[in-house]
Amino acid sequence: MKHSSRWIIAVSATLLTMACQKAATSSSVGALSPGAAKLSAGANVIRVGEYGSLTGSEATFGQSVHHGVMLATNEQNALGGVKGKKIEIISYDDQGKSQEAGTAATRLITDDKVVALLGEFASSLSIAGGRVAQQYQVPMISPGSTNPQVTEIGDMISRVCFIDPFQGFVMAKFARVDLKADRVALLFDQAQAYSKGLKDNFKESFVKMGGTITSEQAYTGGDQDYSAQLTTIRETHPQAIFIPGYYTDVGNLALQARKLGITVPLLGGDGWDSAKLAEIGGDAIEGGYFSNHYSVGDTSPAVQDFVRRYQASFHALPDSQAALGYDAAKLLFDAIGRAASLSGKDLAAAIAQTKDLHGVTGNITLDDHRNARKPAVVLQMKQGKPTFVTSIAPE
Amino acid sequence: MSQTVKKNLRVLLLSVGLAAVLHGVIVPMVGPFAGKLLTDIGMNIILAVSLTMVNGFTGQFSIGHAGFMAVGGYVAGLITYYGAFFLWGSTQLVPGFFSPGVGLFVVACLVGGLVAAALGYLVGLPSLRLRGDYLAIVTLGFGEIIRVVLQQTNDVIFSVDELRRASFATLVTSVGGALGFTGLPFYTTAFWVYVFVALTVVVAYRLKFSSYGRAFLAIRDDELAAEAMGINTTQLKIRAFVLAAFFAGIAGALFAHEIGTTLNPRELGFQKSFDIIIMVVLGGMGSISGAVLAAIVLTLLPEWLRFFAEYRLIVYALVLILMMILRPQGLLGLHELWEQSWWPRRRGKMVSS
Amino acid sequence: MTKLLQTLMDGVSVGSLYALIALGYTMVYGILQFINFAHSDIFMLGAWGAFVIAQCLGLTLPGAHAPLWAAFAALGGAMALCGTMGFVIERAAYRPLRHAPRLNVLITAIGVSLLLENIGQLSFVFGTQPQRMPALFPDTTLCTVLGVQLRLVDCMVMGIAVTLMLGLQWLIFHTRVGRAMRAVSFCPHIAALMGISVDRIVSLTFVIGSMLAAAAGVLYAAKYPGLNQSAHPTWILLGLKAFVAAVVGGIGNVRGAMLGGLLIGVVELFGAAYLSPHLRDLYVFSLLIVMLLWRPQGLLAQHRLEKV
Repeated sequence: MKHSSRWIIAVSATLLTMACQKAATSSSVGALSPGAAKLSAGANVIRVGEYGSLTGSEATFGQSVHHGVMLATNEQNALGGVKGKKIEIISYDDQGKSQEAGTAATRLITDDKVVALLGEFASSLSIAGGRVAQQYQVPMISPGSTNPQVTEIGDMISRVCFIDPFQGFVMAKFARVDLKADRVALLFDQAQAYSKGLKDNFKESFVKMGGTITSEQAYTGGDQDYSAQLTTIRETHPQAIFIPGYYTDVGNLALQARKLGITVPLLGGDGWDSAKLAEIGGDAIEGGYFSNHYSVGDTSPAVQDFVRRYQASFHALPDSQAALGYDAAKLLFDAIGRAASLSGKDLAAAIAQTKDLHGVTGNITLDDHRNARKPAVVLQMKQGKPTFVTSIAPE
Repeated sequence: MSQTVKKNLRVLLLSVGLAAVLHGVIVPMVGPFAGKLLTDIGMNIILAVSLTMVNGFTGQFSIGHAGFMAVGGYVAGLITYYGAFFLWGSTQLVPGFFSPGVGLFVVACLVGGLVAAALGYLVGLPSLRLRGDYLAIVTLGFGEIIRVVLQQTNDVIFSVDELRRASFATLVTSVGGALGFTGLPFYTTAFWVYVFVALTVVVAYRLKFSSYGRAFLAIRDDELAAEAMGINTTQLKIRAFVLAAFFAGIAGALFAHEIGTTLNPRELGFQKSFDIIIMVVLGGMGSISGAVLAAIVLTLLPEWLRFFAEYRLIVYALVLILMMILRPQGLLGLHELWEQSWWPRRRGKMVSS
Repeated sequence: MTKLLQTLMDGVSVGSLYALIALGYTMVYGILQFINFAHSDIFMLGAWGAFVIAQCLGLTLPGAHAPLWAAFAALGGAMALCGTMGFVIERAAYRPLRHAPRLNVLITAIGVSLLLENIGQLSFVFGTQPQRMPALFPDTTLCTVLGVQLRLVDCMVMGIAVTLMLGLQWLIFHTRVGRAMRAVSFCPHIAALMGISVDRIVSLTFVIGSMLAAAAGVLYAAKYPGLNQSAHPTWILLGLKAFVAAVVGGIGNVRGAMLGGLLIGVVELFGAAYLSPHLRDLYVFSLLIVMLLWRPQGLLAQHRLEKV
């Protein structure tokens, strides 16, 4: 027994030293980029870091963003890179956890010495990574975090998407003007800051436009039973229900709402955007409206071209996360091209000065808070596919 | 001063010195990322050693450790963020090694620990009266309650005017809700982490090798027999629980102020508690050095096995099961790394494990 | 009035599912005095197993319509799968620790739980994405009472749950095997002396408990078709609430588990409907704490003597 104990100590001590060594000196070990142009580090390469939820419950978000980023990178490298240097993307998975996001960001900046960060999609993860980026003065571009706090962290952080106050306004205006609704009920995910924030923004805008909120109910993401909340909402006879949650729950919610005899239209935000929504929600989600960053059915040649190229590489239609990832990468490359140098301050300044960049999600101009000022689209689920209804611009 | 106090002071001073060396020499040498890993290791050591006090010494099964961590973190955050504003009008970090900001931070850590300990008392008092299994469920439930309550809170207040106008009640409930308590200044350094590590390890060591410790171990071995020998099992179990909660609170406070982490109710739930339990079980329930060793290995392993991320938890689970079947006492069992019985010289006089 | 009836119906419906899961916990605790943490994952496995079976039967293809026997095929298949899993887990992970300190078995149970969840997450098993369970029962309303719709799904769910519970009741109190199970839960040593194979009874208990949890999983998926990914905390939370039900009813007591399940379901739904829906989990855990403080042995249990 004693011998085996000593063996175990010896083995764990060896493991320990090996682990220490690996962790302290590794640079690109563990990089998870299946489609990356892996080039040897040298003077001819610009390293860009990406962190996202490649596994975990919101894995489709991270994977789509990653695909968008890789498409943009491969295209840029095919054109010879930026300023004659090729772009290398180093990508880490944060498993949907903010601690991992912080660690991934730290590792990318201090170990892999990237010049900029791309990520994250979920706001809480962007905040974790963003604080690290700001601390180390490395610019970060978030493809799709809509919570306003993200860019408030500091001048290094920017985003290519709109923010929730605008998104709330968009859906409120749509509900009020297009659907002519006076009374709307709210049903949000209290475990997701995104959902709560968007709910608050919608409420503020809708009330300002003269509407009334008939009921405000909450669920916890992953809950299956919404009968209590929906029954209460049903009693208040709203003309529409705003559900700013993630697609993972909205499908279920729609099913239960219909079962309880609630027939009014359902409204939502960009968290609805996923092929899985129609799969889970089926008929129940038919006719639902949600705000989004772009529409895959947009007939403009730029978007259609992008959809074609994306399909050729990844055999799937690009959702808004992919499109935003693509635009974020493109914005970064454009800024690298314009920047005086690759130092944090210069690059961040170049990013902040982005004006009228023709992205697939619209014309991107960054405002004083480094948020993108562009219109949002409102889509409707028709026959299981999101179809374009209208576009609402910032006022 | 008595001998023991002098001895304790010497040990503590030595540890502070070592912590300073770590912070001032080693961290700059290995770079910021490895430095962050060192800090993470330190926090996990505090968590693992404190949980050993409950699970290992007294044999009670608590699965709510992360809940105490959360409480400690949030309370400390309230002090360093809102408290700092009321003391000197700004929520930003005050630089300097011994600045008033750092002083506030240390106070915040200790207060966070105390509040967590008080909560530990409230939770432990009813549940430790009952059989061991119930404690597991109650602590699990308690962790969930903390999470639900924290998610209901309002957003963190950033603007200066709002801060001035807010009442005490508003401030206490503005800790970020589901987004987490963002904006906390980054006070956690390797130095402070390892000072607290030293404190935890010394307290655990002194506890284990004292009459208290013997009573704890007696409770673990056979609670009825211990009660029959006159040990007030409930009291002692509560004390161990409260002490463990105190250190978990401190670890939480350190976690809250570390760069790259956010205090988030979702992530301080039972999954984090499980992570800590795995460390304690792997290291040996009741072994302090075992807990330290396991904390180090299990903090570094995810970084090393990054490409195994999908399988990491499966490997952990298998290790846990195999450990329990093949070597339930963990790596070191009740022994400590420095105990004589390990080394070959004394082969003849070994004590059976 | 509609709201009251609707909430009551939903509460009883959800409660009967909690009761089915609680039965597994309580039976294992009665026999082995240990909380099987992996039970909630068996429940998850039942739901996902039914999904995989439905997939194999081609029911997930768009436009597919499920024949009535498909529901029972899924139910039977899932129960068989989980019964086997329960047996395997007991043999491999719990039996070697039969005489070890209780703490060790608890930790092993946690290990098994983590294992099941994360293996389920792998892409070649269930994957990380939520899926939609195809409708196993036609979505018709039987009748409408005072504004509350009585749907076929809910009736089937409650009907099958009650049938299973009655079946278990009969098994435990009116058969030889049931008598053996009760004997082992009372005192394993004496039962062994009386010629009962304790090992076999323990295995049987696990198998039955797992089958009930599987049934609960299938019924749950029938009622709430959006299946969350296997490592999602909701599965553990549901299992935890079912465990609270077992404790409230009196752990080790089969009738207590049934009563506890219904009680928890009703409390949770009424709390969510009439108080704040934000805190619905809180109501269940508060009930646990109140029970532990006031009557720790549960509502229906007799006080057990602890033998030295």
